[in-house]
Amino acid sequence: MSTDEVVLLDFWVSPFCLRAKIALAEKGVAFVEQEEDLFGGKSELLLKSNPVYQKVPVLLHNGKPMCESTIIVHYIDETWPSPPLLPTCPYERARARFWADFIDKKVFEAGGKTWQSKGEEKEVAKKEFLEILKVLEGALGEKDYFGGDSFGFVDIIAIPLTSWFDSCEKFGLFKIEEHCPKFSAWMKRCLKRETVAKVLPNPEKVLEFVTSMRKMHGVE
Amino acid sequence: MADEVILLDFWPSMFGMRVRIALAEKGIEYQYREEDLMNKSPLLLKMNPVHKKIPVLIHNGKPVCESLIAVEYIDEVWKDKAQILPSDPYQRAQARFWADYVDKKVNAVARNVWATKGEEQEAAKKEFIEILKVLEGELGDKPYFGGETFGLTDISLIGYYCWFYAYETFGIFSIESECPKLIAWAKRCMEKESVSKSLADPHKVYDFVLGMKKRHGQE
Repeated sequence: MSTDEVVLLDFWVSPFCLRAKIALAEKGVAFVEQEEDLFGGKSELLLKSNPVYQKVPVLLHNGKPMCESTIIVHYIDETWPSPPLLPTCPYERARARFWADFIDKKVFEAGGKTWQSKGEEKEVAKKEFLEILKVLEGALGEKDYFGGDSFGFVDIIAIPLTSWFDSCEKFGLFKIEEHCPKFSAWMKRCLKRETVAKVLPNPEKVLEFVTSMRKMHGVE
Repeated sequence: MADEVILLDFWPSMFGMRVRIALAEKGIEYQYREEDLMNKSPLLLKMNPVHKKIPVLIHNGKPVCESLIAVEYIDEVWKDKAQILPSDPYQRAQARFWADYVDKKVNAVARNVWATKGEEQEAAKKEFIEILKVLEGELGDKPYFGGETFGLTDISLIGYYCWFYAYETFGIFSIESECPKLIAWAKRCMEKESVSKSLADPHKVYDFVLGMKKRHGQE
């Protein structure tokens, strides 16, 4: 078997890139991280590999590019099948994809509004964000992870977004644990996992980054 | 044991059409139930409490929501015929990427083509054609997006074809003159019974859109 060449075009604070990193770590796949300077100038390789969106993450497997984080995680799961991230039963797989899609559609944008807005708008944003987390709490139920007993696909899609939650809490002036204790417990459970703990960025650095984004958006 | 398959749908929905096509491709018998979106059924609200939207595929009582997720589900359960996603993981990633591109890009812009006027409409038309041109580029000289066989990306996009007449009439432009290869692809898809039977009549879609514009005080 020839050696696989796996490259990830990355941006350190991007929760979408983190999804790919966690999935690769879960599978024990070695890869090269290429940090992109999204504000200074995107690399030729990025522009060539993702001409449609020009965004990270991009996974290059033996030179062939794949874009969109959820699609990348699917690819990683299908190419390196062990341990499986998705369940085997088609109905449970459809459920996992449904929740991944819900998280994709709702969480980042709602979280963003909590640190981008002020006054009345901020109260509305906070309420909406917590409602979304409550829906996810409902999906989690009494399970340890979204898929059941084992860490899997939906957890990988969701957990990286939580690296921005400290910032949401600080600027939105709320504590997730007070409103969504089960979700908070799930977060802590995932953060104990080595594949997650090793890749999630330092929360203080994320806060610094979000603070500078607020300045850029004229919110500070 | 006989499978019970129900589809909660709304006749002009291009998302519903995706699921209809997938079911037809696989030759699956199912009950089609028309929803009145102004008065959603208790079954719809129970089966899709999160989004309360159609289409919802209900297989032996269990709901699958979101059209592309339902199409993949259908492909995985009824896997012995008319394969919708390719077997190769890289090809699958490409198919999913382009189906996702259709979802992210086409819908919002297409709506503005008929729902807006003046400068806003001109901007929407321009963006819409640009998006279709990107898709045309991806299609290239292949008969279908995935190559020789009809697949996921084709299924994700073809439902919009029966809306083109409405877009062109309200937008006063010709999609065929801008994107002839894409129209040729659409006509090729329409030769398949699974597609022609699943798409709505373009004139009925036009009437439907006209009705929506009147209700919003635009006509």
